[in-house]
Amino acid sequence: MDTATTTSAPPPRAPQQTGTTRGKPRPGDRIFLGMSRGAGIFLLVIMAAIAGFLTYRAGIAISKDDANFLTTSEWNPAGDPPVFGIAVLAFGTVVSSVIAMVIAVPVAIGIALFISHYAPRRIATPLAYVVDLLAAVPSIIYGLWGAIFLVPYLDGLNSWLNEYLGWTYIFEKTGEGVARNLFTVGILLAIMILPIITNVTREVFLQVPKMHEEAALALGATRWEVIRMSVLPFGRSGIISASMLGLGRALGETMAVAVVLSPSFVISGHLLDPGGGTFAQNIAAKFNEADEFGRDALIASGLVLFVITLVVNGAARAIIARRKEYSGANA
Amino acid sequence: MAKRIDVSGLTAYYGSHKAIDDISMTVEPRSVTAFIGPSGCGKSTFLRTLNRMHEVTPGGRVEGKVLLDDENLYAKDVDPVAVRRTVGMVFQRPNPFPTMSIFDNVAAGLRLNGTYKKNQLAEIVERSLRGANLWNEVKDRLNKPGSGLSGGQQQRLCIARAIAVEPDVLLMDEPCSALDPISTLAIEDLIGELKERFTIVIVTHNMQQAARVSDRTAFFNLSAVGQPGKLIEIDDTERIFANPSVQATEDYISGRFG
Ligand SMILES: Nc1ncnc2c1ncn2[C@@H]1O[C@H](COP(=O)(O)OP(=O)(O)OP(=O)(O)O)[C@@H](O)[C@H]1O
Ligand SMILES: [Mg+2]
Repeated sequence: MDTATTTSAPPPRAPQQTGTTRGKPRPGDRIFLGMSRGAGIFLLVIMAAIAGFLTYRAGIAISKDDANFLTTSEWNPAGDPPVFGIAVLAFGTVVSSVIAMVIAVPVAIGIALFISHYAPRRIATPLAYVVDLLAAVPSIIYGLWGAIFLVPYLDGLNSWLNEYLGWTYIFEKTGEGVARNLFTVGILLAIMILPIITNVTREVFLQVPKMHEEAALALGATRWEVIRMSVLPFGRSGIISASMLGLGRALGETMAVAVVLSPSFVISGHLLDPGGGTFAQNIAAKFNEADEFGRDALIASGLVLFVITLVVNGAARAIIARRKEYSGANA
Repeated sequence: MAKRIDVSGLTAYYGSHKAIDDISMTVEPRSVTAFIGPSGCGKSTFLRTLNRMHEVTPGGRVEGKVLLDDENLYAKDVDPVAVRRTVGMVFQRPNPFPTMSIFDNVAAGLRLNGTYKKNQLAEIVERSLRGANLWNEVKDRLNKPGSGLSGGQQQRLCIARAIAVEPDVLLMDEPCSALDPISTLAIEDLIGELKERFTIVIVTHNMQQAARVSDRTAFFNLSAVGQPGKLIEIDDTERIFANPSVQATEDYISGRFG
């Protein structure tokens, strides 16, 4: 719209001005350039060193593994020959994170919409503050709360699910035991990532330009229709980014999972059966008593978690980029 | 179906600030009425009371009556959402839904109302785009995003979106102020055509535009900054520009304002 002003030719510069801009850079500029370039290089070197070290150690472990590292459901690097694989960990990590996302994302969007578009100011402000606080609670606190309060409470829910939704297979309970299972872990992770997703999406929803909302209002949209037509489409990439933040936290969560889950190296599609494990939980549980080779094996599993995180983030970026022309950035 | 607007004793507030004071006027169906006046005199505020958009602003409050034919828009049992479905609005800055295609933008209002038959949708969209003089420019890219059009095209898209639902009244708040002279002329021509079917109210800072497009002109003014805006006079456009009955109007039109 205002391209006419930006494309017009720049006013002619006074000659001495060109002289100073073409001349020697000032010392301040040079120092700053050197410092920022140095910091950047330093960071890259450190990251490369870490990555190289981890890959090297992981390589040692995997080359001595007597079983397929990706498909084995056993963790015994101290055995002779060593046998270990990440199948259970990958399954547990992905399943618990998926459960967490399925629960947390819709609820977070709902709370964020309530704070940004429904609640009156005097309720919205304290509520937003409380959510901010929840995002800052350390994960071990969530873990203890989960183990002490949530697990006994979920026992009842588990029996109920088993009774009425047992036919879905995933909610069928085949073993006995308390609710120290992947389903509980998923719920706990959902609670943990809820505040961060809520905060980020709320910020995005508050950024929706008024003119987009008024466009819908003037057509006779109800509040919900305004949200559907203007707020959610505008906030779409923000919702995805916020979810990725939450997912990153869920995938890597260590202490809370370690406290709540009773781990076992079995893959079971019955989410209510106790057992399973996640990458981070397994590392935390085994690291202290592992010998050097055992630690290398754990490092190898950590690398897989890292790759999963990268893939998930890449996929999210691809989704955002694919719809870019509709994003409103060029409006 | 065009309707008559009959405003009486209308006062609007932003919180405790009174923005416009005691305005009464009648706007005939199938006519164009232009609002002119200095910045801050409440033209936009008044326009937005005519489709109950004013109360969307936090603290926005209205006293008085607005009759659309015989129905008071501010009667207790009237739903503001329903009012906005019959009184369309075009804004100063073009605001197509950025995430929707051109087609979906025009269809948005119809889909909200739900008052169309599925097989009619494409036909109504085409008719509205033709009505907004945009059809020939976009017919090959109806599925492309509306935000990819030029500013003038976007504004005509917004007009198409507004007329697609066949409103009784069309309100326009400085619809050409972000546009180049050619797009402006295109929209002025369009207004001339649209008044056959709609009651049109347009806010403009451009005197020539008011003189060109409108049948009646209303002049608003405020006595001092911070004071509420008032309607000074409303009359046939020719009369206002040739021989206004109030001195302030003549001063404003001839640029001797302030
Ligand atoms: N959202 C708002 N909150 C508080 N006061 C407002 C708001 N919008 C407008 N006002 C005030 O209401 C008065 C009228 O404003 P309005 O926008 O209706 O003027 P206008 O005639 O449309 O001006 P312009 O020609 O610059 O568009 C002004 O004093 C303005 O400061
Ligand atoms: Mg205005």
